[in-house]
Amino acid sequence: MSVLVFVEVGEGKIRKTSLEAIAYANALKAGDVVAVALGSIEAAELSSVGKYGATKVLHVADARLDKPVIQVYASVLTKAMQDENADILVLANSSLGTPVAAKVAIKTNASFVSNVVDLPNAANGFVVKRSIYTGKAFSFVELKNQKKVLALKKNAAEAKEIGNTIAVTPYAIALNDADFNTTTTAIEKATGDILLPEAEIVVSGGRGLKGPEHWGILEDLAKALHAGTGCSKPVSDLGWRPHHEHVGQTGVKVAPQLYIAVGISGAIQHLAGVNSSKVIVVINKDADAPFFKAADYGIVGDAFDILPKLTAAVKASH
Amino acid sequence: MKILVCISHVPDTTSKINFTENGTKFDTTGVQFIIGPYDDYALARAIELKEANAGTLVTVINIGLAETESTIRKALAIGADDAIRVNADPTDSFFVASQIAEHAKGFDLILMGRESIDYNGGVVHAMVGELLGIPSLSPVMKLEIDGSKVKMEREIEGGHENVEANLPLVAGCQEPIAEWKIPNMRGIMSARTKPLKVVEPKAVDKTVVVQKFELPPAKGAIRMISADNVAELVTLLKTEAKVL
Ligand SMILES: Cc1cc2nc3c(=O)[nH]c(=O)nc-3n(C[C@H](O)[C@H](O)[C@H](O)COP(=O)(O)OP(=O)(O)OC[C@H]3O[C@@H](n4cnc5c(N)ncnc54)[C@H](O)[C@@H]3O)c2cc1C
Repeated sequence: MSVLVFVEVGEGKIRKTSLEAIAYANALKAGDVVAVALGSIEAAELSSVGKYGATKVLHVADARLDKPVIQVYASVLTKAMQDENADILVLANSSLGTPVAAKVAIKTNASFVSNVVDLPNAANGFVVKRSIYTGKAFSFVELKNQKKVLALKKNAAEAKEIGNTIAVTPYAIALNDADFNTTTTAIEKATGDILLPEAEIVVSGGRGLKGPEHWGILEDLAKALHAGTGCSKPVSDLGWRPHHEHVGQTGVKVAPQLYIAVGISGAIQHLAGVNSSKVIVVINKDADAPFFKAADYGIVGDAFDILPKLTAAVKASH
Repeated sequence: MKILVCISHVPDTTSKINFTENGTKFDTTGVQFIIGPYDDYALARAIELKEANAGTLVTVINIGLAETESTIRKALAIGADDAIRVNADPTDSFFVASQIAEHAKGFDLILMGRESIDYNGGVVHAMVGELLGIPSLSPVMKLEIDGSKVKMEREIEGGHENVEANLPLVAGCQEPIAEWKIPNMRGIMSARTKPLKVVEPKAVDKTVVVQKFELPPAKGAIRMISADNVAELVTLLKTEAKVL
């Protein structure tokens, strides 16, 4: 018996959320943890999954998988579940992982839950806690089928080094041409940036920053903190920042240790994207801005005055 | 071309979320229900395609009990031609996807939001695609039809990718695929007489069961820091909050 974990790689590195998925699978104590990775990835990087609790790592090194095709990935993982005698598949929620998981669930007649935030309670069947209403509530869901597929929200388990690196097992599998039913013609990605959904610190700016030309002072703070940058919806609607930085109900949901909001009023739709943050800091010149009601720390002041001072204070504290 | 738009009937984004009956039932007191904001983008794109291509028909489908009909009528007022309501409580993604797939055969394009804003499963599109054996993509930010080919822009972490696939196809939509449309008076009048077919659900084995709901713990009090002493914030984040 084993638990399968799909690991995703970004810029050559295994994503932290995938390491959390390995830790989660390990904590299930439902068998050996078998990681599966697809596409061209360095063996040294793959062997590191052993440190986080995987006992085996399967690698399909086919270069046709470098551009992820959801249908192909779903078929490979379905086959791997059979070959590894796995009843459970665990992976991190992502633009690739979540749809792949849903397809695997249908192919294997599995119960499926996404946005899982905690380990299951096995006292009464297999019950997991998941986030609903865009972080405003939780539900406890029982997975009834023998096969189970879980897509995890960030922080569902803590990735900790508990073991040693393991050897990579090449996984030979015939890919089905018919599964290549979508063609990626171009990928545009901000390189070197910290991915917003995975960032431990996020610095976000709103309409209070007045225009795209003022983002430099926000980026300076982000750089000093090694933070990802986000924004409110009007800021991306106005084209001041790219859409993938838009945080909130209709944008990215973040779950960092620290979220710093600058010149954002704190509309309920924005809060929906940040309510899983551990600590929230709000900087706004209006003492009555609703965001202060949802924050842990607050400064009433002008962003153009506070941001440079804060960046200097962060640098001084290093 | 025939387009199917799947719409959810969900609490308005400003709703206060509460549960009754010992955390087993959603409290609808004072809650206004709307077309899911992402589904609203899907619908707007479908209407744009209809306006640009003569002979295109747009059908909306909703899995819901009788109270969702006002939401369905709104979709008809925005410009859909007819509607199907599957008379069932939309309890989980697999159940909903199975019902949609039952009625989606024969459509060229199946559009819906990237996720519903109540359960946020974000997978109905992928499940419908899998059940029908056709491609599915989400979240799609741009969608153009070029003969039998669909050219899309899909958001990925930290950027986007350009993807092509053939019809028929399922797409989970998000902004800026189209601008939300507001129904006009003529639309509202004509929606009253557009066909709305009510069908009973297909039997589906339950794969998941929601046992109860819970609210997150209340946030503690805020600590204010003077604008003249910004360095204190850094100290507190280090020593008190321990996040730096
Ligand atoms: C269905 C729906 C979905 C939505 N989804 C989202 C979403 O996902 N994300 C989102 O963000 N919004 C969303 N919105 C929009 C949301 O309601 C708000 O309109 C939006 O969040 C406001 O953005 P903002 O705070 O940047 O701008 P504003 O509300 O204009 O606030 C600007 C703030 O900056 C402050 N300010 C001004 N100048 C300064 C200065 N010099 N220094 C410091 N502070 C200053 C002001 O006091 C004010 O509080 C949604 C709305 C709807 C209806």
